[in-house]
Amino acid sequence: MTTTDVSQLDAPRSPHARTRRGINLEKWGWIYMRVSGVILVVLIFGHLFVNLVLGDGVSQIDFAFVAGKLSDPFWQWYDFFLLWFALIHGSNGMRTIINDYVSAPRVRTILLGALASSAAVLLILGTLVIFTFDPCPAGADPALVASFCGDLS
Amino acid sequence: MPAKAMPATEGAAAADSSSATMTVPAPRPSVIPGGTLYRGNEGMWSWVLHRITGVAIYFFLLVHILDTALVRVSPEAYNAVIGAYKTPLMGIAELGLVAAVVFHAFNGLRIILVDFWGVGTRHQKAMFYIVIALSVVVMAAFTPRHLISVFGG
Ligand code: HEM
Repeated sequence: MTTTDVSQLDAPRSPHARTRRGINLEKWGWIYMRVSGVILVVLIFGHLFVNLVLGDGVSQIDFAFVAGKLSDPFWQWYDFFLLWFALIHGSNGMRTIINDYVSAPRVRTILLGALASSAAVLLILGTLVIFTFDPCPAGADPALVASFCGDLS
Repeated sequence: MPAKAMPATEGAAAADSSSATMTVPAPRPSVIPGGTLYRGNEGMWSWVLHRITGVAIYFFLLVHILDTALVRVSPEAYNAVIGAYKTPLMGIAELGLVAAVVFHAFNGLRIILVDFWGVGTRHQKAMFYIVIALSVVVMAAFTPRHLISVFGG
C-alpha cells in the first residue's frame, strides 16, 4: 500500500504549481467583487429607495427631479460612487462569464476588448454628466426645469 | 456480502422482493445526483440565478447610464425617454429588474458569508432559503408601492 502526503498534492484544478511573483490580479479582482458588493448593497438600495419608493415613486422622475438631486454635491458624489463601483463590478463579472464560455482566443479577445472599452467610455461619459450638468440650461422651457431656476430667458 | 458492491437502488429493490427471508434494512438511496454534491441542488440554482441576474443588471446599467446622460442634452430629450419607464409594460418589467437586483444583492452577501464566515459553507443551504425569503418580503413591500405609482398615484 502506498501512502500519499496530502501536503504534496496540487490544489484542485491548478494546472501547474504557482511560481509567479508580484501582484495577483485575479485575486484582487476576486476581493474587489466582495468589497464592492457590500458597498453596492448600501448604494443601490438607497438609490432605489429615494427614486422609486419615497415621494411619488417612478412617476416623479423627470428632468426637474434629476436637476434637484444633481445640483447637490451629496448626490453628485453618491451617483459618482454608484457609477464606478457598479460598472466595474458588473464588467468584471462579465469578464468572468466571457472567460467561462468563450474558448476561441480571437473571439474572446474581441469580446474582452469590447467590454473594457464600453466600460471606459461609459465611466467617462457618466462622470462628465454628473459634474458638468447644468440644472438650469439657458433658454430652457420654464415648465420643465426645477422651480429654483427662476427666469432663464 | 455482495450487496455491498451493488448500486444503492438495486440493493433497495432486492431487499423489497426478498423481504420474507431478509430482514436487513434496505440501504438508503443515494441523495447525491450525478456523483456531485453540487449539481441539481441549492448550490447550483443559487449560482445560475446569480449569473443570470448579474448579466441582466449589467445590460440594464449600460442603458441606464445612456438614458440618464440625456439630462446633458435637453430637458425635452430626457423627459421623452424617461417617459418610457412610466408606461404599464415597462412598469411591470421594472418589477422584474428590481427583483433581480434584490436577489443578486442578498445572494451576493450569502456568497461573501460562505467565503469569509467560518461556518458559512455549512449553512449555505439555509442561507439560500433566507435569501429567497428576504427577496420575497422586499418584493411584497415594493410591488404595491410601484404599481400605485405606475397605474394610479
Ligand atoms: C447589489 C449589490 C451587489 C452585490 C452584493 C453583488 C455581489 C456579487 C458577488 C459576491 C459576486 C460573485 C463574484 C465571484 O464569484 O467571484 C457577483 C458577481 C457578479 N455580479 Fe454582482 N453584486 C451586486 C451588484 C451587481 C450589479 C449592480 C451588477 C451589474 C452591473 C452585478 C453584476 C454581476 C455579475 C455580471 C457577476 C458575475 C456572475 C458570475 O460570475 O456568475 N452585480 N456579485
